[in-house]
Amino acid sequence: MTDSAGGPDLTKGGGGPQDDTPGGGPLVVVENVNKHFGDLHVLRDINLTVQRGEVVVVIGPSGSGKSTLCRSINRLEPIDSGKILIDGRELPKEGKELARLRSDVGMVFQSFNLFAHKTILENVTLGPVKVRKQDKQASEKHAMELLERVGIANQAHKYPAQLSGGQQQRVAIARSLAMKPKVMLFDEPTSALDPEMINEVLDVMTSLAREGMTMIVVTHEMGFARKAAQKVVFMADGQIVESNTPEEFFTNPQTERAQDFLSKILTH
Amino acid sequence: MNELFNFTEVFDNLDKILSGFWATIRLASVTAVLALIIGTVLVSFRVSPTPVLRGVGTVVVNVLRNTPLTLVALLCVSGLSDVLKVTFSDTPSVNGYWWAVTALSVYTGAFVSEALRSGVNTVPLGQAEAARSIGLTFGQSLRMIILPQAFRAVIGPLGSVLIAMIKNTTIVAAVAYGVDAVSEMKIMFFDLGASLPIFIGFAIGYLILTLPAGFFFGWLAKRMAVAR
Ligand SMILES: Nc1ncnc2c1ncn2[C@@H]1O[C@H](COP(=O)(O)OP(=O)(O)OP(=O)(O)O)[C@@H](O)[C@H]1O
Ligand SMILES: [Mg+2]
Repeated sequence: MTDSAGGPDLTKGGGGPQDDTPGGGPLVVVENVNKHFGDLHVLRDINLTVQRGEVVVVIGPSGSGKSTLCRSINRLEPIDSGKILIDGRELPKEGKELARLRSDVGMVFQSFNLFAHKTILENVTLGPVKVRKQDKQASEKHAMELLERVGIANQAHKYPAQLSGGQQQRVAIARSLAMKPKVMLFDEPTSALDPEMINEVLDVMTSLAREGMTMIVVTHEMGFARKAAQKVVFMADGQIVESNTPEEFFTNPQTERAQDFLSKILTH
Repeated sequence: MNELFNFTEVFDNLDKILSGFWATIRLASVTAVLALIIGTVLVSFRVSPTPVLRGVGTVVVNVLRNTPLTLVALLCVSGLSDVLKVTFSDTPSVNGYWWAVTALSVYTGAFVSEALRSGVNTVPLGQAEAARSIGLTFGQSLRMIILPQAFRAVIGPLGSVLIAMIKNTTIVAAVAYGVDAVSEMKIMFFDLGASLPIFIGFAIGYLILTLPAGFFFGWLAKRMAVAR
């Protein structure tokens, strides 16, 4: 059902917003970013660079700021200081311009967050039609291709509540992809899923990665990290403590924090 | 004793009773539309990201909700219309009608807004974030994602608000307009003497308006429920 062979190419589709990008240079730059929630210093001097087509896995203990980092990158959370550049441009503060640029950054949430009163197809076409002002029919055609690609095409006219968690999450991925984003953020996309549904979502993500989508993925799925990621970033207490290739990180963690954390998740 | 249950009076005056209720229906239906619009605007203020709008929404809703409708209507008629000469029309009955509608729809709008706000709270925050992350503006996500689900969640309570509004037409009519079912009843009592059958006839008339409305909203609430 999640077989991805031979689907339409998702990341280099013609007519997308990436056609007018300056090209060259890293796609995401996070520079000296700090963020507080009241007294709590959640992000401490975060620096992170993500190249085009690169897949970065973010890993770390609960409360270390992984979600906050993701949410800052598409400005669901404002930051206190520092800079975040997407394709060389800083996201504007608020308003219409932000809304438009934000759609270049796709986001997939732990809890799927599909629009409950809209069909699967409507969930996927809403952004292209209302934000990108694309033709409705063309959007539906593209949406069906994407749904085909994530294995949900035959459910297009159902409502989210009628689908399993794994199916809903694949729809959420299709909904993000429909905006032809430059980069996709995944915040623990499989941790709300029953074990037997995890792989169907990871398969979709792995093939996305293979097709060259730039991705930042918060996950503890080491298999995915090893298979799909070029870089693993380990966060603890709001800081990036370690950054390495998956192989190096998992077999030979440098810091005590990382060793400690890995020993805990490996025993499970 | 026979007098008490002699309903011929009701049937003899059916045309007057019906025209009274027709006035009530005209008042209530225009008010319902306006109250829903006003309530939607007020709740949009109350959940807006702009602190000033939120403040304005909160103050307006709380003042309206906590002021007796009679006072709101009197303020409109005596204060705005009679003293300040803010009028809708030179024809007194038309002016009275629109001030009655205004008073009742603004007052009811505050209750609609509160009902909708509890509906907004039933929509998971994540859906609003997902809407923002695909690039919808706040207004778009309110209009396309949040309010449609909020409305469906509170159709039952909204029905109660609108039924209360139908009954409240008697108050604004008494203060501002003088034409509705109860006004008609008072005129009939004046002409024919107070009579229990006529009173019962009018009471049943209100039930005929409100009971089906209640059933309708109950049915609609079930039909429109959003599965989660
Ligand atoms: N809206 C908020 N208001 C106040 N504190 C918050 C808020 N969101 C997160 N926090 C706090 O910020 C810290 C970092 O949270 P964050 O969600 O980024 O961690 P995380 O690494 O994603 O954790 P998890 O693995 O549990 O998802 C936590 O201590 C959390 O309690
Ligand atoms: Mg998190």
